[in-house]
Amino acid sequence: MAMLEVKDIYKAYGNVEVLKGVSFTMEKEETKVIIGPSGTGKSTLLRCINQLSLPNKGQVWLDGEEITNPKTNINKIREKIGFVFQDFNLFNHLTALRNVSIGLEKVKRIEKEAAQTRAMQELTRVGLEAQASQYPAQLSGGQKQRVGIARALAMDPDVILFDEPTSALDPELIGDVLDVMKSLAGKVAMLVVTHEMGFARNVADEIIFMEGGVIVEQGPPKEMFTNAKLARTREFLGRIGALYGEEETGG
Amino acid sequence: MALETLIESLPSLFDGLLITLLLTAFGILLGTTLGIVLATGRSYASRPLAYLILIYEKVLRGIPLLVLFFLIYFGLPQIGINFNALTAAVLGLGLRSSAYQAQIYRGAINSIPEGQIHAAYSLGMNKLKAIRHVIMPQMLRLSIPGWSNEFTILLKDTSLAFGIGVIELMRQGRYIQVRDPDLVLVVFLLIALIFFLLVFTANKILRYVEKKYQMAGYQTEAHR
Ligand SMILES: Nc1ncnc2c1ncn2[C@@H]1O[C@H](COP(=O)(O)OP(=O)(O)O)[C@@H](O)[C@H]1O
Ligand SMILES: [Mg+2]
Repeated sequence: MAMLEVKDIYKAYGNVEVLKGVSFTMEKEETKVIIGPSGTGKSTLLRCINQLSLPNKGQVWLDGEEITNPKTNINKIREKIGFVFQDFNLFNHLTALRNVSIGLEKVKRIEKEAAQTRAMQELTRVGLEAQASQYPAQLSGGQKQRVGIARALAMDPDVILFDEPTSALDPELIGDVLDVMKSLAGKVAMLVVTHEMGFARNVADEIIFMEGGVIVEQGPPKEMFTNAKLARTREFLGRIGALYGEEETGG
Repeated sequence: MALETLIESLPSLFDGLLITLLLTAFGILLGTTLGIVLATGRSYASRPLAYLILIYEKVLRGIPLLVLFFLIYFGLPQIGINFNALTAAVLGLGLRSSAYQAQIYRGAINSIPEGQIHAAYSLGMNKLKAIRHVIMPQMLRLSIPGWSNEFTILLKDTSLAFGIGVIELMRQGRYIQVRDPDLVLVVFLLIALIFFLLVFTANKILRYVEKKYQMAGYQTEAHR
């Protein structure tokens, strides 16, 4: 049984159908990258997985539990699904350390001191131990996003969903964030929406190409980059590869 | 002699001052508590409830305070609801202030990026926890300048309680004026000075609190 199973998800806003039957599975500690043109429903798909948006149809299963069942305690499930946002969404009134520890304190109800010790470990993991006492407004975009990743990691999730984690960053700050994500590969499952082709090629176990609310093609990076079945996939990968360099995450 | 009468009158002015402070304290307490509840309700409660709150705010912001005082103190007894003058004044001040404060808090809530709520949910917080740990602390910080402004307005508006017979500063001044009409200018200048000093001191203290709770990214502007 797959750790995460997304089954035939449909989502419409008004009468605009955004997702038209999306299915895929993820195994423990697997990294999958979702690529596709903007407006295709990638963010909507991620939000449907942790139920920030409710799908109109379809199911999501995590560890054999159906998340989409209204009887499921969604808050309990969300503890196991990390989410890293494009625009960070840090809590502005809390220091970096407390941004990371607040979930442990208030959701997992871990005693404050222990929670902060753990939070400090996660900040160290993303290279920000020196910034622990700073507020979000005092951090660079790249640092904010690394706090966002540490915040997700602290909850010990089964899977972390990344929604274009580097899209809001200045080019010179992207590398640090990608390096952190790369260091997590194989330790926690990651589902990453990104245009960073270097990351997709070198880190992903599988690439999912989405367009128009459906999965067009999916496969291991090597196959997708050199041997995609569909002309549309080859065309998109060629165009996006030219736009987003691969150098900083090479090897 | 006028000066003697004035000095003799000072204790009564002091009594009036205490009542003024009492009205302010209870009025702002009621206004703040209710204002926070109303603002939270308008942002997060079901639609019909949010709509009722909106109507409440509009009505209370739309009628003069003195009319509200008269309605509560003279009007309600007709349908069997009796308050003494002091309670009626606190209610009037508090209810009206709650309508204005709700607006302040709601503005603050709206300026907190919605993504932070999504982030809170993503950590497994329910709505109540998200409001309590993410929205509230930021809302309160962002509201300090607006609240300070409202506080000083309420402090000054306690003088309207004179209209329903509360023996606050104004009423005590009026008693002195009746006893010795020659003192009228001096007494009301004195009362004006007392109000001015209260507002001035309150602003100083609130400005200090604002600074103390200021943090990076929260450079709130005072409007007064
Ligand atoms: N909350 C919403 N209300 C209405 N339309 C939405 C909403 N969220 C997304 N959409 C629409 O759904 C489509 C897919 O959006 P999105 O999932 O953000 O795409 P992507 O992340 O692939 O760029 C877009 O056309 C967008 O306008
Ligand atoms: Mg998107």
